[in-house]
Amino acid sequence: MKAGAMDVNPIPLLPATQILVTALVVMLLDLVLKEQEKGLLAWISLLGLALCSGETVFLWGSQESAFGESFYLDNFALLFTQIFVGAAALTILSSIHYVRAAKIHEGEFYAMVLFATLGMILMAAANDLMVFFLALETMSVAVYVLTGIERRSGRSAEAAMKYFLTGAFATGFLLYGIALIYGATGSTNLNQIAAYLLEPSADWPYYLVGGALLLLTGFAFKVGAVPFHFWVPDVYEGAPTPVTGLMSVAVKAAAFAAWARIVLHKLSPLDADWVFPVAVLAVATMTLGNLLAIAQSSVKRMLAYSSIAHAGYLLIGVAVGEEWGGMPLLFYLLAYASMTIGAFAVVTALSEGETARENYSDFAGLGFKRPFLALAMALFMLSLAGFPPLAGFAGKFYIFRSAVLSGNTPLAIIGVLNSLLSVVYYLRVVVAMYMEEGGAPGKSFAQSPYLYVAVGLAVAGTLYLGILPARTLEWSRVAFSSLD
Amino acid sequence: MPGIAVGNLTLLLLIPVLGAAVVLLLPRQRTGALFFVSLAASALGFIWSLKILADFDGAKGEMQLIERIAWMPAFGIEYLLGIDGISLFLVLLTTFLMPLAILASWTVKDKVKEYLFFMLLLETGMLGAFVALDLVLFYVFWEVMLVPMYFLIGVWGGPRRIYAAIKFVIFTMAGSLLMLVAIIYLATRYAQESQAVTFDLLRLYDFRLSAGEQMWLFLAFALSFAIKVPMFPLHTWLPDAHVEAPTAGSVILAGILLKLGTYGFLRFALPLFPDAALASAPYFVALSVVGIIYGAAVAMMQADIKKLVAYSSVSHLGFVMLGLFALNMQGVQGGIYQMLNHGLSTGALFLLVGMIYERRHSRMIDDFGGLWRQLPVFSAVLMLVTFSSIGLPGLNGFVGEFLILLGAFSVAPGWTALAATGLILGAVYMLWMFRRVIFGPLTRPENQKLQDLDARELVILAPIVALIIVMGVYPQPFLSRMKPSVDLTLKKIFAVHPAPSAAKADESGSDGR
Repeated sequence: MKAGAMDVNPIPLLPATQILVTALVVMLLDLVLKEQEKGLLAWISLLGLALCSGETVFLWGSQESAFGESFYLDNFALLFTQIFVGAAALTILSSIHYVRAAKIHEGEFYAMVLFATLGMILMAAANDLMVFFLALETMSVAVYVLTGIERRSGRSAEAAMKYFLTGAFATGFLLYGIALIYGATGSTNLNQIAAYLLEPSADWPYYLVGGALLLLTGFAFKVGAVPFHFWVPDVYEGAPTPVTGLMSVAVKAAAFAAWARIVLHKLSPLDADWVFPVAVLAVATMTLGNLLAIAQSSVKRMLAYSSIAHAGYLLIGVAVGEEWGGMPLLFYLLAYASMTIGAFAVVTALSEGETARENYSDFAGLGFKRPFLALAMALFMLSLAGFPPLAGFAGKFYIFRSAVLSGNTPLAIIGVLNSLLSVVYYLRVVVAMYMEEGGAPGKSFAQSPYLYVAVGLAVAGTLYLGILPARTLEWSRVAFSSLD
Repeated sequence: MPGIAVGNLTLLLLIPVLGAAVVLLLPRQRTGALFFVSLAASALGFIWSLKILADFDGAKGEMQLIERIAWMPAFGIEYLLGIDGISLFLVLLTTFLMPLAILASWTVKDKVKEYLFFMLLLETGMLGAFVALDLVLFYVFWEVMLVPMYFLIGVWGGPRRIYAAIKFVIFTMAGSLLMLVAIIYLATRYAQESQAVTFDLLRLYDFRLSAGEQMWLFLAFALSFAIKVPMFPLHTWLPDAHVEAPTAGSVILAGILLKLGTYGFLRFALPLFPDAALASAPYFVALSVVGIIYGAAVAMMQADIKKLVAYSSVSHLGFVMLGLFALNMQGVQGGIYQMLNHGLSTGALFLLVGMIYERRHSRMIDDFGGLWRQLPVFSAVLMLVTFSSIGLPGLNGFVGEFLILLGAFSVAPGWTALAATGLILGAVYMLWMFRRVIFGPLTRPENQKLQDLDARELVILAPIVALIIVMGVYPQPFLSRMKPSVDLTLKKIFAVHPAPSAAKADESGSDGR
């Protein structure tokens, strides 16, 4: 322990720096490039993400810290970095055509995606509550901007405003929680907080638990858990569709990463106090999310509620505690990422310029007009509903299994009943695509090859994680056990 | 026996999938080629299953042709296949009916490519569920076959197809998801007791939970299977699904899918949780008999032939369940035999209904009458199948029903007597339907132009008719191969229990009267 000493170690910061430099390059080039050359920016961003991904693979297995243990580079951070980078890359691939058609400034768009990714990477690696907070804000501000980046759309502007206000509100909870924990333990460094909690003689002040619960509330806001979910549908619906994909996958994963490291791992001595509230949150989140999703007429809004429901399943992983829940949580996030980002990419594919095609009726007949897109969407829907042998089934299987293993069988039963509810609305998309006629005219929406690449990658991930999950499970195990 | 890379059973599962892959690659305009590939794949599957029959040692009750590959070693989930005298014939029934169902689909004109793709996928799902011996693997196949059936009903079905398709999926999933939790719970308890993580059915057979836990898990499994069978109060999805499904869909649904429910009881629910099974057997006997009579009574009132056949399935599957829950050799053997009979006779009935519907675009009994003069071959086949369905001696139905009643009578004579009246009701509604459709004067002018069965339709029906007769006169080769496996299953059920609770079942059976 050399707390306080400023050990400047550049290695742990390599992936984050890579993203930061790429973002800066994109911003600078945006100034000099002519309008028609700006397509280059997407490729520079993708190159930066690819380099970052390569560095992550290269660094796999390292266990380093920097800046007085306020920042860790362990397998946990690396696995999440890989998720964020993958999600960002798929988002960019599926937006190349979209940003053109919707007349969004390309330079700003890609730079903001990269800044958000930077914030996420730092969030997963933060081992100090202040660093975590700064990382969270880096990510959040970038995502606020992305939400409102479709400037001529009132819906987009409204969503950005709502997101910003609720986000600021959540920030208040988080900061107040951090302050209380600091007051009780005398540090914001998680190692020292954990050491304090492990001291057998320590008499915990009552506001320590209060601080932990406030922290929990802030997280609940960020992942969209009921009853802190009310901003999710409007923001997800209003944001440009690729951004919604990024939000529902990467932003959620980042919040869960921090949640896992800070609450699940470091605050585990306090779990007698936070397990029950989290279990209640989990049940409320999945049940309400699924019930409200059934009632939607817009697929995009349905996906927003479905992402609330999936936050509920993920919370089971938190509620069953560190020993059982950690690995399934990581695996579920990976599975959820591949199928959800794919689903949003398909919704993106249907839009045309500023015309959004997001209702169930727009999907009618897609199965025979766009066989590939429809087949992919059907796979994503079946996977989200938990049909084997797809990623969603594997994820749910491990999450529910962890609940049974930890003696929380009722949570597993509530989980499967919720899956049944979700079948109702996921299958509606399939019904529309294959069993109804009409919808968008066949040739009208544009064909972007990159978007197809993104959808194809998501399909591959959904199938791979479902059929051959063994290797990824091993990674999740290694990643979670690397937390120190 | 260590698993080899591609065993006989894996190949059996692969043949339809590979056929489906070829179908996916062919251009959609070439419908002839699409049909040819699918028919070839399913016929090859049948031939391969005959080879499995030849390799099968009928004197052994244990699992044979076992293949074992680690799938998710961290959780003890394996790719574990095997076959015994119980699943052998259900596999054969599946591979036998599939080529016929594809041949019967020749009249499908719309979206042929997707249709055949789903048919072949469905075949793999069903076969996989019959031969999977790892609980998670079984669950995967169990759910996998749901999706193609959902599409077959939803895309190629009748006017209320979407409603029927969604109802089918929701009902089935409602049961199976709870079964998933039960599977996980069972494996978790096993791991706690024996420090070994496994979903291997053969190892879990030797594991006994407390009576209370058994009852919960048994109920979760039983709910899933009872919906699929379907047993009496859970049957409401069946008439919708049957009536709306295309002909081949109905054939597969009635012929094979429903058997997965009864098979599930016999393979999983009963031997895994014997104490709970024995304790609840009287209730299942009672529900089966209620189903027999209810199904028959409702079938009698139907004006639509397809609906009549659908409700008759509820009644016939009640007989199967009665036989299984008699929990003795005759009852269980009769139950399995009746599964095969029902697959053949009801499959044939749905095929015949489909053929007449294609000619007349009606399935209403009132629209017909006097068909024997115009359609003599059709009438003759329908007569034979009707007789098979009502259990006329000399045909297959008799053997199964006789064995079931014999087995059930020794444990619950009261309920069995009631079930026998269901047999009479069955004869009433089938013969009544037959008389109104085939005999009498040919009053409707539309019916005067109807053509009799053509060569393709005869090719479809002839093998079924032949089997109906063979299984009626010479059941021994079938029963003798089932016997060792049934014996073993019954031993598992009565292994720990000191004495068969037959007396108890009888008692409550008589009370219930």
